[in-house]
Amino acid sequence: MKMMTTALTAGVLAITPFAVLAEDSSDPIVIPIHNWSSQIVMSNVVGQILEEQGNAVEYVTTDSQAVYESVRLGDVTMELEVWEGAFGASFRAAMEKGGIVDVGDHDAVTREDWWYPMWTKEACPGLPSWEALNDCAAIFATPETGDKGRYLDGPVDWLKHGQERVEALGMDFVVVNAGSAAALWAEIGAAEADKTPIVVFNWTPNFAEAVWPGEFVEFPAWVDGCDKDPAVGPNPDALYDCGNPADGYLKKAAWEGMEAKWPSAYALLEKVNFTNPQIAEMARLVDVDELEPDEAAAEWLDANRDVWEAWIN
Amino acid sequence: MAVLSTNAAPAVVWSRHQIAAAIAIAAVVLTSLQYAGMLPSWLHRLPEAWIPPFAGWLDAFFNFVKDDLGLIVFTRFLTEQLQFLLDTTANLLFGKRRWPNIGPIPWSAIAATMAVVGYYLGGWRMALLAGGTFVWTALIGQWTIAMETMSVLIVAAPMAFVIGLLLGIAAWKSTMVDRIIRPVLSVLQTLPFFTYLLPAVIFFKVGPTAGAVATIIYAIPPMILMTTLGLQKVSPEVVEAGKMSGCTRWQMLRHVYIPAARTEILVGVNQVIMLCLAMVVLTAFIGMPGLGAKLLAMMGSFKLGRSFEIGVTIVLLAVTLDRMSKAWVVKMPEHFERGTPWWQRHKTLVLATAAFVGFTVLAYFVTWFSEIGRTQSWSKGKEMDVAIKAFLALDGVQYVTDQIRYVLNVWVLNPFRDFLLSIPTFAFVLFVVAFSLALAGRRPAILAGVFFGLVALSGWWDRSVITLYSVISAVTMALIIGLPIGILAARSDRWSRRVLLACDTAQTFPSFIYLIPAIMLFGITATSVVMSILIFAMVPLVRYTVEGLRGVPPEMTEAADMSGATKMQKLINVQLPLALPTMAVGFNQAIMFAFFMVIIAAFIGTQDLGQELQRTLAGTDMGKNFVLGICVSLMALTFDMTIMKWAADKKRMLGLP
Repeated sequence: MKMMTTALTAGVLAITPFAVLAEDSSDPIVIPIHNWSSQIVMSNVVGQILEEQGNAVEYVTTDSQAVYESVRLGDVTMELEVWEGAFGASFRAAMEKGGIVDVGDHDAVTREDWWYPMWTKEACPGLPSWEALNDCAAIFATPETGDKGRYLDGPVDWLKHGQERVEALGMDFVVVNAGSAAALWAEIGAAEADKTPIVVFNWTPNFAEAVWPGEFVEFPAWVDGCDKDPAVGPNPDALYDCGNPADGYLKKAAWEGMEAKWPSAYALLEKVNFTNPQIAEMARLVDVDELEPDEAAAEWLDANRDVWEAWIN
Repeated sequence: MAVLSTNAAPAVVWSRHQIAAAIAIAAVVLTSLQYAGMLPSWLHRLPEAWIPPFAGWLDAFFNFVKDDLGLIVFTRFLTEQLQFLLDTTANLLFGKRRWPNIGPIPWSAIAATMAVVGYYLGGWRMALLAGGTFVWTALIGQWTIAMETMSVLIVAAPMAFVIGLLLGIAAWKSTMVDRIIRPVLSVLQTLPFFTYLLPAVIFFKVGPTAGAVATIIYAIPPMILMTTLGLQKVSPEVVEAGKMSGCTRWQMLRHVYIPAARTEILVGVNQVIMLCLAMVVLTAFIGMPGLGAKLLAMMGSFKLGRSFEIGVTIVLLAVTLDRMSKAWVVKMPEHFERGTPWWQRHKTLVLATAAFVGFTVLAYFVTWFSEIGRTQSWSKGKEMDVAIKAFLALDGVQYVTDQIRYVLNVWVLNPFRDFLLSIPTFAFVLFVVAFSLALAGRRPAILAGVFFGLVALSGWWDRSVITLYSVISAVTMALIIGLPIGILAARSDRWSRRVLLACDTAQTFPSFIYLIPAIMLFGITATSVVMSILIFAMVPLVRYTVEGLRGVPPEMTEAADMSGATKMQKLINVQLPLALPTMAVGFNQAIMFAFFMVIIAAFIGTQDLGQELQRTLAGTDMGKNFVLGICVSLMALTFDMTIMKWAADKKRMLGLP
């Protein structure tokens, strides 16, 4: 069976006119897909470019944290969205073990922090400053939190330190952890119905921006060491007394063996580079226009020929 | 019933219930001491230092087996074989570029063939159901993802069947195998599915292979149990007839035992198919593409309507496969007169082939019959979203849910949780032992003590208690709502049928779809968690109540009628007591379902074992994953053992079959 596919792919390769120095392997390049749309479309975009170059491409759905272990082992070839805030730790851990390489950053920056949909601002006009947010804590109260406000943090395993920040800054908020991103959206969706004020954990780039316009809460600006040295930040005795970095990196990563096995695909991956608006557009095609990810990718490629054709040569 | 205590002094003979009461009182005393602040802290919660590093030991053990014994080399070899099978079905069903490179089969050909098979098994209605399901799947624009799921299902289900059948035969032949297998099966059936997933990924590579393996393991236990049961029930006359005609041992098995146990084995097949379908959706958590993955993605981008449609497809597929396999159980082999022409004896085969070839050829000329793009789909997802949001915005709905949320969270659930957490560990274990002793006797009580003791030693006590609290709250509420429904429905045939159908549907509807509406109604709170478990736990309660009440021997109800009992008197004094053992089985299943669902409810946001389990899924922390899974399993087993023993005792006492 293996021989047959090899023969077939070799045949396909032979008739595809393209010039590279070293031949790419005919084995499929495995691209991981996660559970948020921009990443899925971006993976399809890069996959379709690679296919056009004659590479065989395969998509596999994986967990977004566990994927770094799979990249390290070569089960998965590359990862196109390494978020500093969300996956920096897993990525660094995999780097330390070896087997995974850093293929550079996108122009896009990532940010994740406390966030509110626009209608909240009507009830609490002082926003986005965090002090103003704290002054209107009472309007965020729920039956379970008494007179304190409720802040809906991401799942516990995202390690966003909401609780620590509330304590460090002496805020009148109770932190409740949602169990999944879907739970966060459900809460925003329910609040939207009668425009209940709500403050939740959110991030950009994200489809939610297109559905519910909103803003990040401005906390004391991030200073390096805020998470390690209590002296840094406004509260001299506490960690996490700053907001998250407003310009986290968005990286590409690949399996160590990729460069040797698929040299031209690797060269292309090094050049791949998206901006925030481009990523938001990809997410919008799926989340708002309801295209399937592969159709969305094809559409994006059609509309942005100038962007990606520069990467090929 | 009284069991002598082991106390040497012959003068004091305590009954089982007295001992249980004494233990419970001791627990109450301990708890009051804790409230008075007089209990030493090591009796309240085990000190960290006492907790053995189970996770570390297990990790070391797994790594030893995996790397030093080279199990991973072996499993990765198996992975390749499995991958080949999955690639083949994937190519045929949705055209993945793999050998034999002839797929995908046009959707119309598959739908037509299924309709013919449906006709053979159950007439026009079944044909309509089977064909209709596949036509719906195609029209709604879910054909490819449904086939991704099916491509794993049609590999996993037969494998689970063969492995289950072989193990079942082995367990029937040798008591030793039986003794080893039984406890393993009990644990497997109570282990949360997150615990299957991680080892599957580590040993069988992320993606469809790991999904298939997890699915197979999940589906095997009922097959083994049904096979053994069927073989044991074969009547001695049949066996003797076989022996007299001089069968060899193989012939005995092939031509006597297995055909005689056909019904049970086919019931096992039905169970395998249903469990496979349930699991194949859940394996989306480990990267299995298909309906489950799409569902997760849709929920992740807050598309309720589309998630709901996927749920409907899954239910339709499940109902179709269920009804077809059940029809197959009932259908007896057909026999033909000598000399019947070949095509007449194999009418279905001929028809199915004709339909298949016909539509394949048609699809070759008319593309609509081979592929329907998403753009042509009939999906009404957006419209449904609008409707759902409008419904939630209604003032009445909001008012009611806000009230329920307030009362339940502030007055009932949170205080109950805090109360359970305030009980000292040791006293908690004593309570459980007393409960088990009172209901089931000494052996289950000792095991209950050991099981909960282990949970205490695992170091996850608080989270275990929170898990248990969700389960108890949900099952209690399910009792309050489910029992009256069951009792009312049992009064008439028509309502029984309707309610049982609703139960089937609720059960096959992928459980995590309930989560989003629950959150939208009740927020990220304990109420949402309990409500989503409640729906799931109510199903077996209602079903077994209906079946229990309807199974009461008519002589008994007639006797009650003749002695002039009112409807209420008859219900309370005759029907309910006789139905109680069956209802207890339903109660037990409700608890098992609740333990299953509470783990999924981690997606809402909980502080229980499920949350931690979900967290381990993202890593390679196999030891911790296993410890957490076992905690859930041990708690579930304690209830299972106690209630089933009680039900069996009670049945024997009442002289019911």
